[in-house]
This record gives sequence, C-alpha cells and structure tokens, in this order.
Amino acid sequence: MTETAGVSLDEVRHVADLANLELTAEELPRMARDLNAILGHIAELNELDTAGIPPMAQVAEVLGLAPATSGETLRADVVRPSIDRAAVMAEAPETDGRFFKVPKVIER
Amino acid sequence: MIDGVHPELETLSISKAREAVLSGAVTAVSLAGQHYDRIAAVDPEINSYLALARDRAVVQAAKVDAAAKAGSPQGPLAGVPIGIKDVLALRGAPATAGSLILKGYHPPYDATAVAKLEAAGAVLLGKLNCDEFAMGSSNENSAYGPVHNPRALDRVPGGSSGGSAAAVAAGLCVASLGTDTGGSIRQPAAFCGVVGVLPTYGRVSRYGLIAFASSLDRIGPFTRSVADAATMLEVLAGPDPLDATASAQPVASYGVEAAKSISGMKIGVPEEYFGEGLDPEIRAAIEKALDDLRAAGCSIHKVSLPHTKYAVPTYYVIATAEASSNLSRFDGVRFGLRSEEGSTLAKMYRESRDEGFGPEVKRRILLGTYVLSAGYYDAYYRKAQQVRTLLTRDFLAAFEQVDAIVCPVTPTPAFKLGEKTDDPVQMYLEDIYSVAASLAGICGMSVPCGTTKTGLPIGVQVLAKHFDESTMFRVGTAVENGQKSSTAQSQ
Repeated sequence: MTETAGVSLDEVRHVADLANLELTAEELPRMARDLNAILGHIAELNELDTAGIPPMAQVAEVLGLAPATSGETLRADVVRPSIDRAAVMAEAPETDGRFFKVPKVIER
Repeated sequence: MIDGVHPELETLSISKAREAVLSGAVTAVSLAGQHYDRIAAVDPEINSYLALARDRAVVQAAKVDAAAKAGSPQGPLAGVPIGIKDVLALRGAPATAGSLILKGYHPPYDATAVAKLEAAGAVLLGKLNCDEFAMGSSNENSAYGPVHNPRALDRVPGGSSGGSAAAVAAGLCVASLGTDTGGSIRQPAAFCGVVGVLPTYGRVSRYGLIAFASSLDRIGPFTRSVADAATMLEVLAGPDPLDATASAQPVASYGVEAAKSISGMKIGVPEEYFGEGLDPEIRAAIEKALDDLRAAGCSIHKVSLPHTKYAVPTYYVIATAEASSNLSRFDGVRFGLRSEEGSTLAKMYRESRDEGFGPEVKRRILLGTYVLSAGYYDAYYRKAQQVRTLLTRDFLAAFEQVDAIVCPVTPTPAFKLGEKTDDPVQMYLEDIYSVAASLAGICGMSVPCGTTKTGLPIGVQVLAKHFDESTMFRVGTAVENGQKSSTAQSQ
C-alpha cells in the first residue's frame, strides 16, 4: 500500500468495467475523488505491523465454532421441496415460464 | 412527541399489547387498524414505511383474535404489530432494499426471522425504509426519500435501519426488525431514543435477508424497552436449516435473564471511546449511566481496546469487498429492474446496474472491487482481515477482565438532513464507535440514556461476549432502571 499518488481516472474506469458498472462523465471524476479520500483513510492501516497475524474471514473460526471443527452440524442432506417455479419466474423481467430470457449474448 | 391519531401507541409495550389482545380489551384486528390509522396520519412527515402489508396483517390478526376467543395457547408476540426493514423478505409485500434496482420485486418466500415473528403471533404491518442495500448512516441513501427523525423532523433518524428506528419511536409499530452491518441498528436506535439490539454474529438466521456484507450482516430488534428486546430476541434466535451460519449455541430465556441483578458484575470502560470528537453532553450522559451501574452494585474498570482507531478503515475494506461480490447478482436477469437500453447481454447488465444503483452503492462497489483487484488484494483486503483479528483479540482480552463494556454509540446526537451527504469519509466516521463490535462478532445494544439540552436522544452502548446476550440484557436493564429513577426524581 505504498501508492499515495492515488487512483487515476483510467483505474476507476477499469474497476467500473470489472464491476459491470457504467459511469457517466460527471460520475467518473467524483468517484475518483471519493475513492482517493477513502483510500487515504484506509492507508492508516499501514501503521500496523501485521506480520504473522492470521487473517480473519469469519467470526466462527476465531471462536473455534466453524461447523467442521465445533460439532455444530450442517443440515441433513435430504431432498425437500423448493420455492414454486412459477412464483420465481413471475419475478423475472423476461421469461418464457421455464427459462429466463436475455438479450443476445454475442453480436454477429 | 408527534401529534395525530392514537398518540398512546407511542409508549405501548409488547407485553401490554399482547395482554390487551388476549384479555379482549382490544382485538388484534383493531390494534393493527389503529396503527394503520396512525401511519396514515403521521408517516407522510416521517416516511418510515415503504409498503404496507395490510391484507396479510389482517388475516394474521383475525387468526390471533379467533385463538384468543377460543382460549387456545398464544405465542409471546400474539397480536403485537411489528414492522420489517425492507431488506428482509416478507411474502406478499415488495422488497426493495431501498433501491430502484429491486423496484417491483415481490419475494415469493419469507425470511426465517419474519416467519418466526409471525409464528409467535406477531402482526406484520409492512416494510420499513432504509439506506439503499443498508449502506449508509443517515437513511439519506434510500431511493425512496430520506426518513425524518420523529424526535426532530429536520434531523436524520440514523441509518441504515432509519425507518425501523423511526417507526418504533413514532408509535407506528410496537417493535421492528432492522439489520446491523457496521452500526445500522445501534446508531439509529441512539438517534431516535429507542432500544436496538445487535445479536452475536450467527445468533439469528439470515435466510431471506438481502445480503450486504455476509461476514458482518446481522438481524436484530428495535423496541421501546430492554424487556421487549429480550422477548423479541428469544423468538428470533436459534439455528436454521436454511442458514448454515446460524449457530446452534444454546439460546437462553432472555426475558428472565434480563431481569436478574447485576450486583457484583465488572463493567469495562474503554478509554479509546472517550477521546477527542465525543460530544460533551453524550460523555456526561454515559458517565451518569456508569454512576447508575455503580449504584446497582457493579464495579467499573478501565479497559483498553488499542486498535479501535483502525476499525473504520478495516470495516470499509471488508464490507465493500463483500458487497461488491454480493451485489453482482443484481443484473436485470432474474428479478427487479431491467434496462430497456441494452441491446446485448453485456450492455443490458451495465445499463440495468447504472439505472438501478444509487451513488453510494456504486461508490462502495467500486471501492470493494478495487481492494479485491489484482495487485491490491494483499495490500488492502488481506491487511484488513489481519487487523480484524487484532480488533477481535482486543475484545477477547478485555472480556477476560470484565463482564461487559459500556461506551457511547455515536460521537454526536442526530445531525441535520443534508449535513454530511457531500463527504463520504465524514459520514463513515459516524460509525467510529460501532464498527469494532461488528468486526469482532460480539453482541451489543443501544439503550436510551437521556437527551441533550435541545431534546435530542442519547444512547449508551452495552457490549458483551459472543453469545452472552444474557449479560448484555442485564446491564441494559440496569441502565434503563437508572434512567427511570432519575426521571422520577426530576418530576
């Protein structure tokens, strides 16, 4: 985390691409400004020496309560009814009742 | 206090409401109706409800009334009108998460927390406003307009569960459900002068919750008293076959536990929570609460949580990283909004997300994507996960010395609408006293402890060990009793 120069407009554009986000010409510089302000604050984490400190992804791991280690059990692996298909498909923007329909995937 | 019809609903407790329904003093149908009348009269000024679930509420209320008449056994929430934050699935009502991208979405199932409330007899009135995808500290990020604080209409109710806190404060439901990822229950509870509980991570099933940051998200109640909160958590807590992160740790009778004496208990006061930036009136109110605890037989001890200043930056790396992943599912294919603009699949994804997400959500998705992107993962995400370990160890070490920790919820009382919207870092620092407990996974609550000279509510935060909600509720009750006796003295 040595970069203090900050995130460039091109980097914001690249990240927006990765996130499938469209940014307008007005949004782009504003997002760059905000990201730099927030990352500047986040850079304070560099004050801490974290060599040898294990990363924490889940609370249960730290407490030794992860299902695999603590005896907390996962549910029985049995077939049970799921939500009615018609009810699910009714929420889709476009469907033939069996599948979700989307615009063409590859332009020819 | 808010005018309008049925002002007595502002102080109605869960036990009184249930008693009234079961004794036949009022029917559940009529109690729900009174709440809907008050919502119609008062909520245009507050904007706490995004949708009403009137049909379902009336069916449930009639069921409770029939059972009461027949004298059959009733659940602990029989006939009690309750509101649900709009990030939870309630079949028959829309679930927008405060976002345009879910406009029109009606989940075809119930969240487990919602189903448990109804099974306990609760009458679910409708869905409550919140910051978009629960991202915010002021409720100003809702696509459906901000919520106004019922205690001072020009001020924010806090966020992200602003509607849930405001509705309880304004007498628009007896209790509500909110969610807390970095302070989103405790902070609005403090701002609106109600009780708000952050249960231990894993205590309450999250099936049916629209996810923001999965290693942090929790569901908890807003109520008007600690006893009511204990009743709610007893209903909500426990394992769920539909959520592998819902813990099988034993659930206590919190109502019984909450009433137990705290004599002999050790209370920790972390010096890092009383530094520069803490409003002097809040400091004085917390010190008064500590005096009350001392009078109730506790000993007060200084503790240190040395990594506290790193909690906000750690949180904004981890929460945004998880959000960027969770929110990738909103793509215009299966539910919610699809843009008319996209001629190909890739364009449709982008246009739908552009039209559907508000600025704060885009900001957090971008930040989260950035900290996870190639070349930055170790520097930001892994680093933040390591600091999360240090923050958690701080609490585990403190709880070797004390039974509970008492500290402020927020550095300031409720701020004005529009006051902090231009500066995301300032807004994020609003979470300075709440995010560490979120990252560590411990339980905590906000209990009202007086008001400022101008009448704005102040909350005190009570934190306890993982899965030790019993101790948290006991200390909360003692704080509340101290408030009651000082109110009685001043009258």
